[in-house]
Amino acid sequence: MIAETGLAALWLAAALALLQLLLTFVGLRGGKPELLAAVRPAAVAQGVLTATAFALLVALFLRSDMSVLLVATNSHSMKPWLYKFAGTWGNHEGSMLLWVTVMGVAGAAVALFERALTRAAHMATLGGQAAISLGFYAFLLFSSNPFARIAQPPADGQGLNPLLQDPGLAFHPPTLYLGYVGLSVAFSFAIGALLTRQVDAAFARAMRPWVLAAWVLLTLGITAGSYWAYYELGWGGWWFWDPVENASLMPWLAATALLHSVTVLATRDALRAWTIMLAVIAFSMSMVGTFLVRSGILTSVHAFAVDPARGSFILALLAIYIGGALALFGWRIGSVREGAPFELVSRETMLVANNLLLSVILGIVLIGTLYPLMTEAFGHKVSVGAPYFDRIAGPLALALMVVLAAGPLTRWRRDRAAAVGRRLIVPVVIAIIAVGSLAVLAWGRIGILPFLGLVIALSVGAASIAPLWKRNLWRTPLFTWGMVIAHLGCAVSLAGMACDSAFTVEKLVAARPGDMIQTAGWTIRFDRIMPIAGDNWTALQADMTVDRGGAPTLIRPQSRFFSSPPTTTSEAALLTRWNGQLYVVLGEEVEGNRWQLRIWWKPFVTLIWLGGVMIALGGALALVGRERRGWLMKWRSRRAMA
Amino acid sequence: MKKLWIWLPLALFLAFIGLFASGLFQPDDRIIHSRLVGQPLPAFTLPAGASDRPALVSADLATGRPRLLNIFASWCVPCAAEAPQLMALKQAGVEIDAIAIRDARPDVDAFLKRYGNPYARIGLDARSGVQIALGSSGVPETFVIDGKGRIAYQHIGDIRADDVPMILDRLRDAQ
Repeated sequence: MIAETGLAALWLAAALALLQLLLTFVGLRGGKPELLAAVRPAAVAQGVLTATAFALLVALFLRSDMSVLLVATNSHSMKPWLYKFAGTWGNHEGSMLLWVTVMGVAGAAVALFERALTRAAHMATLGGQAAISLGFYAFLLFSSNPFARIAQPPADGQGLNPLLQDPGLAFHPPTLYLGYVGLSVAFSFAIGALLTRQVDAAFARAMRPWVLAAWVLLTLGITAGSYWAYYELGWGGWWFWDPVENASLMPWLAATALLHSVTVLATRDALRAWTIMLAVIAFSMSMVGTFLVRSGILTSVHAFAVDPARGSFILALLAIYIGGALALFGWRIGSVREGAPFELVSRETMLVANNLLLSVILGIVLIGTLYPLMTEAFGHKVSVGAPYFDRIAGPLALALMVVLAAGPLTRWRRDRAAAVGRRLIVPVVIAIIAVGSLAVLAWGRIGILPFLGLVIALSVGAASIAPLWKRNLWRTPLFTWGMVIAHLGCAVSLAGMACDSAFTVEKLVAARPGDMIQTAGWTIRFDRIMPIAGDNWTALQADMTVDRGGAPTLIRPQSRFFSSPPTTTSEAALLTRWNGQLYVVLGEEVEGNRWQLRIWWKPFVTLIWLGGVMIALGGALALVGRERRGWLMKWRSRRAMA
Repeated sequence: MKKLWIWLPLALFLAFIGLFASGLFQPDDRIIHSRLVGQPLPAFTLPAGASDRPALVSADLATGRPRLLNIFASWCVPCAAEAPQLMALKQAGVEIDAIAIRDARPDVDAFLKRYGNPYARIGLDARSGVQIALGSSGVPETFVIDGKGRIAYQHIGDIRADDVPMILDRLRDAQ
């Protein structure tokens, strides 16, 4: 019964989405405004129904109901409960249901809590949201039904890909999805604004919290995904430029640009067309990402569901929504008034530069990701890897960091170059000192990009704190704190990346138990190797004692074997110190009881993810800072009325 | 001029849609073909993979008559689907040897008991080393070996019922 109830809830929600779309259309266009009264309840009911369907699917996974096809093919009765739970979205159908659920709940939230928009724009936004949801409902119900039953249930299931059996990965996809779908709300806002011709500062203020929230979640999702790839895949790197990674990076780049341009629109009523365009692009990138991951069109380590039929369905959705939005953009944007003017030296110009650089980086990532597809259309097979992305995106990212340092120190509307220069003196002096000392210490030993990266990270770090200079810290708005922390996070991340690529020490050895290995100041004693068993795996585990002039510590890298489906994963041993991480991977056995060991000492590598978390925290502070005043006012007026 | 600029994103996007569509509907040829076709088999020695069949050495495959080398595993579902076709080939007088990948002897025995045993010899490749040396990327896979021990043809994926005549043709051609 559970599966049937879930399916019924999904059909009902789809019917409500259709109703919601028709109501807004007839209400706004056909001159029957009384119909609009039913739009908000419809949106809320839709949210409740999708959430119910999703909760029921979770229940099916937790109960290991093998009569449901999706559970039988993606779960296993012997699995720990956390992975049964996470298995709900660790597959194609479940993740699409999660997508629809987040859209439904976000739509309900827009219906309940949005107060800044005019009524017409609010209704048009909800209509847009219903139109998008409808396509995804159709996709789920006609081609990817998560509740389908099978006639002969197996005793056990086939299991979840062991690489996904990790707490980090269990929660990384939902975070990213919340971000993706948050961008769908921004997209609906843009459509609503175009339809009602209300592109102005009030619209930007209404859209900003949604963009901020989506961006915070995307940032967290990417950071978590990067750390997962780093410790779970056992290759010692933190970013691979894999198509699926790029699929999450591209919406993030667009959302970062959107976040800054929407601030310009909200504060200064400038960059109207550009903001709308970015809102369309940001959600397009979420959908393109979904398409790339779900269609099997590109080969990737973690693209699941290789199925052209589903791919063409998503492609059709992509064509309708994005094509439709861009056509509407071309049609209507001419009637949107030009925004407020600004001078060449101004905060606005800095933010335009930020937007342009982010867009160019986005273009480069997009071209690199799709290039194999383009060449294949002409009969060649090419794969594009890290060297392309590093070499082209690297310098642009460094340029972006320079803009990031100068932007917050420039005034809105008009400023003088000399005054900006004066405010930049401290960061520039720090940069000069850094160049000098690095040149003495490491010249010729590290590459030019890591060298520049370290220098820029130090001066950007100084420049990020500069907006707090000579201010009463208690009275500084949370929004400003958020910006400072997020920008400082960028500097921290950059420093981590530069240190990792400049100073990592790698050692590959074949060792016998009892051997001692010396590398990068560490002494590693290989004590013994023994088999152990876990919940649903067996493993070979190496015990090692490591020591760097302090108390010796025990570390235990493993090579794990999962039986269903049969897979080997390596569980790297990570030892975190304040100044870096020791990373040890147990490899294959070679002749004579010797084992391959890969050992890395990675100075300050943890700064990469610390920076990511700081960026997300900054975004969250800005969100709270902007919204708190509205909440307080609402609360006070309610109390006054009571 | 400004008008044109506004429509540029739509034009670019339509170009992308065209590209995606062409990529999506192109015949799927992402299968990895062994570059060893036409080359002699790499030398290997494998222990016995089943309790009632002898072990497999690469020299066993150069007997003057063309034969099949099937790569399978007891945990592989398409391998079970392939089993009737292999039995049919055996009935047609084809000699078939096998390599079991990442498997255990009791599991292989159970598999053969359930789906039939068309094999003359079975080698156990516990760590996929031989599979990789053969240029094989998954299970099941089948190689047509000519009388001199050279790979004449590589069949990726399971042998379907309508593939059987083609396999027999390949074996005849390898004579």
